[in-house]
Amino acid sequence: MFTTNLTGYQEVFTDPSYTGQIVTMTAPMIGNYGINQEDLESSKPQVQGILVRELSQEYSNWRASGSLGEWLAGKGIPVVEGVDTRRLTRYLREKGAMRGIVAEGDTPSDDARKRLEASPKMEGLDLASAASITKERVVGSAKAKYHIVAYDFGMKENILRMFNSLDCRVTVVPAKTPAARVRELEPNGLFLSNGPGDPAAVTYAMPVIRELAASGLPTFGICLGHQLIGLAFGGETTKLPYGHRGGNHPVREIETGRVLITSQNHGFAVRGTTKNVTGAKELEVTHVNLNDGSVEGLRHRTLPTFAVQYHPEASPGPHDARKHFQEFVQALDSQ
Amino acid sequence: MPKRTDIKRILLIGSGPIVIGQGAEFDYSGTQAVKALKEEGYEVVLVNSNPATIMTDPEIADRTYIEPVTPEWVARVIERERPDALLPTMGGQTALNVAMALSEDGTLAKYGVELIGADARAIRMAEDRREFALAMERIGLKTPAGVVVKSVAEALKAVETLEYPIIARPSFTLGGTGGGIAYNRAELEALIERALDLSPVHSTLLEQSVLGWKEFELEVMRDGFDNVVIVCSIENLDPMGVHTGDSITVAPAMTLTDREYQLMRDASIAIIREIGVAAGGCNIQFAVNPETGEMLVIEMNPRVSRSSALASKATGFPIARIGAKLAVGYRLDELPNDITKTTPASFEPVLDYVVVKCPRFAFEKFPEADARLTTQMKSVGESMAIGRTFKEAFQKGLRALEIDRPGWTVGQTPVDDRLEAGDADTIRAALGTPMPERIFQVKRAMLAGVSVKEVHGLTNIDPWFLQQLAELIAAEAEFRAAPAVGAPQLRSMKRMGFSDRQLADLRGKKEADIRAERWALGIHPAYKVVDTCAGEFPSKTPYLYSSYDEENESEPLGEAGIIILGSGPNRIGQGVEFDYCCVRAGLALRDLGYRTIMINSNPETVSTDFDISDKLYFEPLTLEDVLEIVRLEQPKGVVVQLGGQTPLKLAKGLEAAGVKILGTSPEAIDVAEDRRRFEKLARDLGVEQPPNGTATSVEQAVAAALRIGYPVLVRPSYVLGGRAMKIVYDEPSLRDYFDRAARVAPEHPVLIDRFLEDAMEVDVDALCDGKRCVIGGVMQHIEEAGIHSGDSACVLPPFAIDAAVVETMKRHTRDFAVALGVVGLINVQYAVKSGVVYVLEVNPRGSRTVPFVSKATGVSLPRLAAAVMVGHSLGDLGMTDDPQVPYVAVKEAVFPFTKLPNVDTLLGPEMKSTGEVMGIDDTFGMAYAKAQIGADGALPLEGSVFVTVNDHDKPALLPIVQRFHKMGFRILATSGTAQYLASRGVPVESVLKVWEGRPNATDLIVSGAVHLLINTPLGKITARDDYHIRRTALQHRVPYTTTMSAAHAACDAIDALRTRVRTVRCLQEWYAQAAVPGTPATQPGRPGPAPGRK
Repeated sequence: MFTTNLTGYQEVFTDPSYTGQIVTMTAPMIGNYGINQEDLESSKPQVQGILVRELSQEYSNWRASGSLGEWLAGKGIPVVEGVDTRRLTRYLREKGAMRGIVAEGDTPSDDARKRLEASPKMEGLDLASAASITKERVVGSAKAKYHIVAYDFGMKENILRMFNSLDCRVTVVPAKTPAARVRELEPNGLFLSNGPGDPAAVTYAMPVIRELAASGLPTFGICLGHQLIGLAFGGETTKLPYGHRGGNHPVREIETGRVLITSQNHGFAVRGTTKNVTGAKELEVTHVNLNDGSVEGLRHRTLPTFAVQYHPEASPGPHDARKHFQEFVQALDSQ
Repeated sequence: MPKRTDIKRILLIGSGPIVIGQGAEFDYSGTQAVKALKEEGYEVVLVNSNPATIMTDPEIADRTYIEPVTPEWVARVIERERPDALLPTMGGQTALNVAMALSEDGTLAKYGVELIGADARAIRMAEDRREFALAMERIGLKTPAGVVVKSVAEALKAVETLEYPIIARPSFTLGGTGGGIAYNRAELEALIERALDLSPVHSTLLEQSVLGWKEFELEVMRDGFDNVVIVCSIENLDPMGVHTGDSITVAPAMTLTDREYQLMRDASIAIIREIGVAAGGCNIQFAVNPETGEMLVIEMNPRVSRSSALASKATGFPIARIGAKLAVGYRLDELPNDITKTTPASFEPVLDYVVVKCPRFAFEKFPEADARLTTQMKSVGESMAIGRTFKEAFQKGLRALEIDRPGWTVGQTPVDDRLEAGDADTIRAALGTPMPERIFQVKRAMLAGVSVKEVHGLTNIDPWFLQQLAELIAAEAEFRAAPAVGAPQLRSMKRMGFSDRQLADLRGKKEADIRAERWALGIHPAYKVVDTCAGEFPSKTPYLYSSYDEENESEPLGEAGIIILGSGPNRIGQGVEFDYCCVRAGLALRDLGYRTIMINSNPETVSTDFDISDKLYFEPLTLEDVLEIVRLEQPKGVVVQLGGQTPLKLAKGLEAAGVKILGTSPEAIDVAEDRRRFEKLARDLGVEQPPNGTATSVEQAVAAALRIGYPVLVRPSYVLGGRAMKIVYDEPSLRDYFDRAARVAPEHPVLIDRFLEDAMEVDVDALCDGKRCVIGGVMQHIEEAGIHSGDSACVLPPFAIDAAVVETMKRHTRDFAVALGVVGLINVQYAVKSGVVYVLEVNPRGSRTVPFVSKATGVSLPRLAAAVMVGHSLGDLGMTDDPQVPYVAVKEAVFPFTKLPNVDTLLGPEMKSTGEVMGIDDTFGMAYAKAQIGADGALPLEGSVFVTVNDHDKPALLPIVQRFHKMGFRILATSGTAQYLASRGVPVESVLKVWEGRPNATDLIVSGAVHLLINTPLGKITARDDYHIRRTALQHRVPYTTTMSAAHAACDAIDALRTRVRTVRCLQEWYAQAAVPGTPATQPGRPGPAPGRK
């Protein structure tokens, strides 16, 4: 698949939502500002491979701690340079995101073809449990005003940074944590993270989400978390032709009519129209994508549960939607 | 929120003449805006004094006023038209300032006119340096430490808290006019004086310099619903200290991480909200400390700008068009993305290519000017190039400049790169001071072994850019040393943007050989689409650029297509006039059912608007780049006669490659350009020429001049805009000139003509279909022969020339056109002396005056020329009679002298003007007065006229001074002139020359005691004196003339202003008047005979 982010390659490569994917960067010059230690969205590159038009040999930035090429090589991530990435992007736009393989040579060998055929399709694939942490961890000050339990399906670091900055302590729990454990932790709110793969395959999460949200616990979901909330309340998800990946997607906030420029990274979406979420009467649509009309945000009609498909934490991307974190914290306050 | 229905008629103000800092980009923006508003059903009234614009074509706006863009004259238009709203953000600083003045003097309130787009409060907050700094503080953003001052004394006190170097940024000026950098107290005093002088509100910001910091710009749009998008980020290769207009700039930003970019984005959104730009675009400039990342806000322009035009071209997002729609109430999400047509305009464009803009300078015209690049813009044009990588775009951008660099290539000698010598130390010493040639000095430095690190230390250019450049040098070395060159090597070099000529030079071959090899190997560029979305959505608009990448997306049009070659970067001598011709012709061809393909590299233009042609190739206008497009497109033909010298130079090469040239044949062009062949033609047709000769060596030249008789006019063949043209009075000057000019065009000889002193010059523009020739217009120059035609004011129709002489010139023009087999436009220049008509030159192509003639007569010459070029006869087109007009149109040239300190304002055969205005009225006097006012040379109605002229001009001066005296002006003169006048009965007061003591002439000018200056050069001894007087007049905004004929015209104009009612009328009305049946085609009203005129 491809992403159209102009800046933020380091964030893209370390975003766990990209786990298992080969990413084509439509921005042609990659690596210009090197890498640094602050803009990591997880501890390591999550992508499987990277396709670029030109990988910068040298870098320049006051925060840079090293070169992108060397860093990726050190982590064993293959980068293919000199690709007509626009041609590839146009191809993917027509044919949809697809399985791929990075191999040597001008034409694929039989071996490469076999391995490609053997690789799993994205539909039906639960990648979230693999991207998730295996042990609980607590991030933030013990003195923080709020306590949130965050289900990690492949969570970006910046989400934690955002919560911490709003006086929240976050207990990050593995994807398959049972509802009982969450109740034990006595959080003020529940967060469902972004993550890779087909939401419909994350079957274990849906009953848990439904149970916790129904208990009146303020619940907020981003990206995969959004899709899981949709599914938990009876909705459906579908694979988008080639996904939304980039930092320039216009989203209308239905209530106000305002347009937010959002950061997006998803291949699946909750089915619905501007009015309704298909199959989920309890949910209403709050945000819609202006390019293709897809559902970008939803809210429970009675419970303090809401979610957005895009990434309010940005990193990379614009900050127009950061207010959703505050909205969540306000929901915590009103409990 | 749909569009507003409470407003119906909207006034749009254009930017007036092209000046440094305010160029063709405002024609692009304004035209887009007018079209966008008309599309929505609004009635649009336009005021712009610049006839060389598409926006002033009568079919663009509903009511088109070619009147001075000043508060007084725009108020007249308002009074007459009673618009509901005024859109002030499309005409640069000029429009903004006029709108502010009309708001402050109550005119807008009086007539109930609402400012839309940006209101007075927002404009003031953005433009007033003090208010802006306060606004930034309110939203927690930092600006450079600084203080706003209104006097030198205040400034000197203020600098106690600042450290040198200090930057001055005057309030309410354009292109950083009057700004600069001071390194010490003396420089500061001079700087402040100038800055306060040039600021219309006499205030300037003094700012702690952040020289060497990284410089970025963001283009922001906001709708009335507070939705905001960032259209484009731009990073300057030249760091802070060099005006962004003079910098090489790159889009998108190359060296910002997402974190830093988003901070800048957040800041931009906060700024546009705080300043309160209601609906429209703005441009915000940032400086970033390369060591710490500290970000400062430098300035914000609450309007479209040069950068917004660049951003529009760089992204495909039409900022002005969208801005106009937002101003009338639309929301961003209600408007479609004009490129994709399927997604909304409420998005942020993403680029899958790199854009590089390169400035084009004109210092060869002003050798005495200070060429150091500072915060005041000095470039006159720019090229833009698109490539898939920085290296590719960078090299394409440089070759698109047409400065004889086929890419990033050092000059033939160090002097070409403004270096005294080529050694590393000399280069090191030079690098610290930014000059127009610095980018080439950087290459010399690297070739001389200076490290990237050291070059960075000397220039502060970001190491990333320098590293890219170093990679180009490494690639060159490898290519040069390769034992053999095959497809992989060639392809690899082409992918880095190297031109065939560069590769040929590296391999010691000819350009044609490399091209043949390359073509044999099947290596051609692929054309990619600029689609605003990096390929994410299908795009409907074929806006293309070349890249040596794999997939070609351009579907050739074949025989249905016609290619029009544009005119490349604006420069003195080749400006917006030629773009006008290309656009007009292109639209006409479309109307005739052809599909048009535009090739151009100039982002400021209307021609590079993607909806003007069926296909747009944003490419350099070199033979290589054009041939590749022709090879793919296989068009019906190529139009070369409308874009000035740039396409004309390619005609021969294209024809040799088998490309069909539409219209006049390259052979005919050659007859007109080749001195011997032309001389024979003129002789055969019985047309007089000044005695002349050609020379390819200095001895030949001396012999020829001796035969012809001094003074002689010398120039190289094949030039435009009078480059290296000079009037020479004796042999030593001739030898001196010839040594230097010989290098201008080695393959062409130098032409030597007898210079006809005191002759009157006339330009004729005509149209020919090969058989019939129609005269479009005859223009009499105001200035005498010897002043470049582009710099001379001119009047249409001519007056003070016998009708019989005019008829002779028309006849000659027809004879030339038919004899040359011209199919399209032709321009002929004549000199008239003692009733004899001499032909000076014949240009079988569209000329600089074509837009003026078209505007003055209402007959669109380029449109007709286009039809003729594809085979229509003038008879078919109903164009059989010469247009006649019952009114007078005057064109006046506009000069860059205020932007270039130290440059003499004296005119000569070398063209120096950057733009033009037109005045149109019933009488010559009023038309000339309007032209002067439009050119920022408003004439006094009373007061003192200071005259100081050479002996030769004294007889001509007498009747002029007598008229001024009669009108009640005080006459001041230097001793010689005073004696002459006094002895002939004119009351005159004598004034000291500068070297005669004080108070002297310049003191009087400085103290405001002189209201008009008439000065002709007095000879070598007092040359400095003259120069000081003229510069002083310029600085203190005292109108001046440097020729007797212009002084005479000024006299007519003042008379008209004093005695006639000042009225405005739109072109549509003038044309209706011209078309009244039965109107005798007589000469228009004029102020009686022109006494004393030669």
